[in-house]
Amino acid sequence: MAYRLKMRIWRGDKDGGALGDYDVEVSEGEVVLDAIHRVQATQAGDLAVRWNCKAGKCGSCSAEVNGKPRLMCMCRLSDFDEEETITVTPMRSFPVIRDLVTDVSFNYEKAKELPSFSPPPRDADNKRRMQQIDVERGQEFRKCIECFLCQNTCHVVRDHEENKKAFAGPRFFLRYAELDMHPLDTNDRRELAQDAAGLGMCNITKCCTEVCPEGIKITDNAIIPMKERVADKKFDPLVWLGNKIGVRNKDNEGRTEL
Amino acid sequence: MTSSTSASDRHPMTGNEMSGESAGGMERHQYDVVVIGAGGAGLRSAIAAHDAGAKVAIVCKSLLGKAHTVMAEGGIAASMGNVYPEDNWEVHFRDTMRGGKMLNNWRMAQLHAQEAPERVMELEDWGALFDRTDDGLISQRDFGGHKYARLAHVGDRTGLEMIRTLQQRAVQLGIDVFMECTITDVMLDKGAGDPKVSGAFGYWRETGRFILFEAPSVILATGGIGKSFKVTSNSWEYTGDGHALAMRAGASLINMEFVQFHPTGMVWPPSVKGLLVTESVRGDGGILRNSEGKRFMFDYIPEFFKAETADTIEEADRWYDDKTNNRRPPELLPRDEVARAINSEIKAGRGTPHGGIFLDIASRRTPEFIRKRLPSMYHQFKELADVDITAEPMEIGPTCHYVMGGVEVDADTQESGVTGLYAVGECSGGMHGSNRLGGNSLGDLLVFGKRAGEAATAYTNSLGASLPKVDEADVKAAQASALAPFEVEGGENPYTIQSDLQQSMNDLVGIIRTGAELEESLTEIEAFKERAKRMVVEGHRQYNPGWHLAIDLRNMLIVSECIAKAALARQESRGGHTRDDFPGPNAEWGTKNLVVNLNAAGTGVDLHEKPLPVMPDELKKYFETPAAPPPVEPVETKES
Repeated sequence: MAYRLKMRIWRGDKDGGALGDYDVEVSEGEVVLDAIHRVQATQAGDLAVRWNCKAGKCGSCSAEVNGKPRLMCMCRLSDFDEEETITVTPMRSFPVIRDLVTDVSFNYEKAKELPSFSPPPRDADNKRRMQQIDVERGQEFRKCIECFLCQNTCHVVRDHEENKKAFAGPRFFLRYAELDMHPLDTNDRRELAQDAAGLGMCNITKCCTEVCPEGIKITDNAIIPMKERVADKKFDPLVWLGNKIGVRNKDNEGRTEL
Repeated sequence: MTSSTSASDRHPMTGNEMSGESAGGMERHQYDVVVIGAGGAGLRSAIAAHDAGAKVAIVCKSLLGKAHTVMAEGGIAASMGNVYPEDNWEVHFRDTMRGGKMLNNWRMAQLHAQEAPERVMELEDWGALFDRTDDGLISQRDFGGHKYARLAHVGDRTGLEMIRTLQQRAVQLGIDVFMECTITDVMLDKGAGDPKVSGAFGYWRETGRFILFEAPSVILATGGIGKSFKVTSNSWEYTGDGHALAMRAGASLINMEFVQFHPTGMVWPPSVKGLLVTESVRGDGGILRNSEGKRFMFDYIPEFFKAETADTIEEADRWYDDKTNNRRPPELLPRDEVARAINSEIKAGRGTPHGGIFLDIASRRTPEFIRKRLPSMYHQFKELADVDITAEPMEIGPTCHYVMGGVEVDADTQESGVTGLYAVGECSGGMHGSNRLGGNSLGDLLVFGKRAGEAATAYTNSLGASLPKVDEADVKAAQASALAPFEVEGGENPYTIQSDLQQSMNDLVGIIRTGAELEESLTEIEAFKERAKRMVVEGHRQYNPGWHLAIDLRNMLIVSECIAKAALARQESRGGHTRDDFPGPNAEWGTKNLVVNLNAAGTGVDLHEKPLPVMPDELKKYFETPAAPPPVEPVETKES
């Protein structure tokens, strides 16, 4: 079942690089990351690649395989023709450190800007109560493995480096939505999501949803509902009037605005 | 990224200084507490140290949030009593000790059982979204060896929830994180009196530059050693770094002969061989069958667990709905028992086409139930093996999963034998005895993470201004040692040595062991050590995996030697250590631990026996026979 796979792997660093040609033995049931590892073990010991779990659970081995953002560990060779050359390049939206390893610090910076969960005190018996149906909305978003493929794909930053400052990206819209929908959270993050995180810049092309290896419906279940929540607060004429004449001076549903 | 910046201008992600002006190209930092590792144990320790007022740094080999804790699937064992109000710490304590075949450090098992529920509640305070009971409380699921449904969980991705929650908490608190940074040496002040920790030395994976932390307290939270075996559920990081760092600093390890082979790892396709299949599959109704279709676990119920295990299929199947009047299915025996049974069936020629055993939940639960309860297992098999687990059985076999052995620590503070050096989580030893129960690892990380963080901070505070000093000669030696693989001409590729070591450990120190094979393995390890002296790496210091492996391989070798040596010495079978030539437990061996140290020359391992800490009488009563208490049977039969 073994055969020789032709690969082109981008080698280089911040100063530039090029695709290198490799010819490596692979076998049935293997994934792109296996092929990369075999190149590393037998032909290029210093080939830089990030990986950890090799099971689609940690989100470390993100790259672009034939131009498509993928986890290399979940990218089966059987999905390609044996004759086909597989080209692996680093994620395009982040600066290259070396070979397939990119500097994803953008995401860790954005994570720091996000106000955290803020619960009320526990119940009298020292427990907390939430219904399964209410936690399930947030649970979908917490499946996120932080592979940052959605961030890499989102054209707001992929093609416009200058937007990075004002735009947190789909991964963090998920987080805003998760907290806004958390049954116990006491903060209102809608203004923050709209203004500081740049939710308004998203024009729901759903590219992020398409590349999510966890199958999270980022656009439909997180971004659009968040946009609606922002719109209710900002643009609903009755809410606006209520706020204006003081009948309804706050629309935070008992939460604290951040 | 900029390549030349001022000393204060740090890389935004890693904190890497990247400054050519730092003395010798090495940067220095001062902290009260340095935590090595950013899995559940490391993050929880760092949060505790921060909360206790320490200036704390987390140093980790991967990006933040990628540590092996994300792979934990089943849940966190904690006697919260949300599903079975009868559950309490005493029952959990008893289950833990019995699961470890009574070789556990009783005090650690006690603290763990007592404190786990509050540690879980803290996660909820910090934003974790656990699955709920009908009453809205944290739901708890059944697992092997636990008397009651006890594991707080989120589907089958509990570890991800835990690490993300702790990660977000640490970020919120503003704790400094040094990502993709490997520690290669713990620094000691060997001046007056006993040696004391003075810091930690390492390098940035990204640039290959050296970094020195000056800190009186170092907490090791580096996880396990699984990468020394060929078939493992562990990732590249699990090279026994904490174990080896502790030994080189003069601390001892205990229980290294006990390695847990998880009964259910994937066996096909080859590239994912060893990948974990969660025990929840069995907790939620899955059963094991051999190639003849026989549900074979009934043939493997040991005397020790006979009284509490169903001996007919009918009773086992009734248990899922009526736990009051039926005993547990044998598929839910502790992991060591199930792994041995599977191994025997495969050896007897009753294995599956790919050399495993069938794990079947498809014929027992509806597709909806399976997809809801085991979403990531469904995904994993569908994507990686083209198997639909709602329609056909999985093929599984044992995989190296966890090491019970680790740094010998004080139960209350997690301090090792070296002043200022702490160890927590998988790299510490004692808590799980000879075999860990599923679900007890995540609780271990939280309970002892908090304790270590607090104890390390208290120790640092007690020093006042008289801090231990880093010896500059040691720094020079650490640098030379790290760079040695670049100096060799015409040596061997570290990948080849690693691969040979993994095969050797798998073949000779695996799930079933014999004296002759263990002796052979020690000979082979000596040969690997010789080969490792002549390792050579190509390329330069920037993000060079070959070099990183060459450094980690030294740790893998010393830890492998510890395992083989202790396994050869212990002439009995107990928990995660099975000797074909000494089947069955031996009462005398049940009273002692094996302790290993680095020998005086620093080239190998010394071993000695040590009596097990004696359990006080008020705890002994839980193990008296025949009325093995606490015998309270569950009165509720709620689905968890």
